[in-house]
Amino acid sequence: MTTILGSFSHKIDRRENRQELPWGRWGIRSIALTYLSLMLIIPLLVIFKDGLQGGLAGLWRAISLPVAWHALVLTLWTAAVMVVVNTFMGVLTAYVLVRYEFPAKSLFNAIIDLPLAIPTLVTGVMLVVLYGPQQALGAWLVREWGLRIIFAPPGIILALLFITFPFVVRTVQPVLLSLDRVQEDAAATLGAGAWTIFRRITLPALILPVTSGALLSFARAIGEFGSIIIVAGNIPLYSQTAAVYVFGEVESENRVGASAMSIVMLAIAFVLILSVDWLQRYRQKGRQ
Amino acid sequence: MKNVAIPVVSRPAFQYDIWRRRLLILIVVAYVGFLIIAPLAALSAGAFREGLGAMIAVLAQPDVLASFWRTLLISLITVIVHGVFGTITAWVLVRHHFPGRSFINGLIDMPFAVSPVVVGYILLLLFGRNGILAPLLTFFDIKVAFAMPGMILATLFVTLPFMVRELIPVLKAFGVRQEQAAATMGANGWQTFWLVTFPALRWGFIYGLILTFARALGEFGAVLVIGGGVQGRTETATLYIFRALDERQYIGAYSAALVLGLFSLILVIGTDLLRRKEK
Repeated sequence: MTTILGSFSHKIDRRENRQELPWGRWGIRSIALTYLSLMLIIPLLVIFKDGLQGGLAGLWRAISLPVAWHALVLTLWTAAVMVVVNTFMGVLTAYVLVRYEFPAKSLFNAIIDLPLAIPTLVTGVMLVVLYGPQQALGAWLVREWGLRIIFAPPGIILALLFITFPFVVRTVQPVLLSLDRVQEDAAATLGAGAWTIFRRITLPALILPVTSGALLSFARAIGEFGSIIIVAGNIPLYSQTAAVYVFGEVESENRVGASAMSIVMLAIAFVLILSVDWLQRYRQKGRQ
Repeated sequence: MKNVAIPVVSRPAFQYDIWRRRLLILIVVAYVGFLIIAPLAALSAGAFREGLGAMIAVLAQPDVLASFWRTLLISLITVIVHGVFGTITAWVLVRHHFPGRSFINGLIDMPFAVSPVVVGYILLLLFGRNGILAPLLTFFDIKVAFAMPGMILATLFVTLPFMVRELIPVLKAFGVRQEQAAATMGANGWQTFWLVTFPALRWGFIYGLILTFARALGEFGAVLVIGGGVQGRTETATLYIFRALDERQYIGAYSAALVLGLFSLILVIGTDLLRRKEK
């Protein structure tokens, strides 16, 4: 009965809603679509047109130059390391926030959003002040442990971890909150230990949100520039990432190199963003 | 038939539970302290190293102040444009059904993932000296690249998702019943939007504006590429920080970074607190 009513009212919704803002349905729709194509679609098409002038072979030639290739590989592996750490710590943080009570929890919860508010360039400056070679901690790490953080790959990973920390936490947290705990309680009654309960009951429910959080942070990491140019500098074949490489090629007016790397980065971003979108819709369908 | 063992939740297990909980909380708090709090504290210490006086003296230099004003101006224009067109877009994406809608819905998030450098570069390809639109721009005598219009466009692209993404769930949750009721009672489209829908969207709208503003304040890569960061002409606050670091004016760089960081922080966290109170 309710489903029939539901589908019926849905039909009414769609029909009734055709008279809206004063400019009418087509006017407002064309405003929105014009805005989006000016802002998004035309710019994205421009780069593909420019970068594919030399065909796919030309694109490959520009990307397989040692400096470009190294930058791309460095970007991908630092982002991958970040995703592994961030996924693990993100799930743990969300779990602790939802399931446990501790003093100053709401302050702690607010701190998680800090990276979303702080400009990434400022993030880079912060890390340099803390770990820079002239700073106490940075100098100590190099002297005692031989560990360089600034102007080296570990700095890139730290910056990426900082920037993307909220992504996994904030996608997992609402799902954990809405999770029915009856199944966990049942498992506990049947003698399952805490780890077994988490692994066999809680975790499966979290797989989809964790995956979309992880993909989102990976996509965000691929393009990161502001913090990385401060933290890693611009040392080709060592700490130069893809975004910094594009910046260098633009500065030296090498259009072929800049466009080729831009296309590769855009393609990765495009695939990742659309899969996150698909995952989220898949989840919503599963819930209905 | 075998006897089924009934597990007994005993006291020792409970003790074990408490220690596991303490350990997990400790790990998470330590991680956040190391990842977020320590760098923030280091920056504050670095900025205040030579005292508040030195900090103010550096920030009060005319070209530093000018760069902050430029950032504010760009951010304000961005917020106004997205406030109007972002709201319309969110509305169309929620209430209208047309082919390609879900694809566009997915595409909205692209600026999250597209590198700011690539954004700046695309704008150069369009508006630069040898850009596609160069003849048009020389004809009308408009300067976009290495000038304010280009920097505003770059910031607009980068901040596109915030308004739309904030409003879409609010619009969906609000539904159409109240709008239909208003329409039945003779309200026209504009009245329905202004008197019924918009008040319901208010917090989403404000939060979207603040997020857009905060993100615009901190934009760096795109503005650097399209604006060039010419001191006194196209230098924004973030570009000043970058130049100050390069010229080893550390107090200036740290102070400006701290001011910019704290400002964005207060904006976002403050609005979040306000919104929670409202609920």
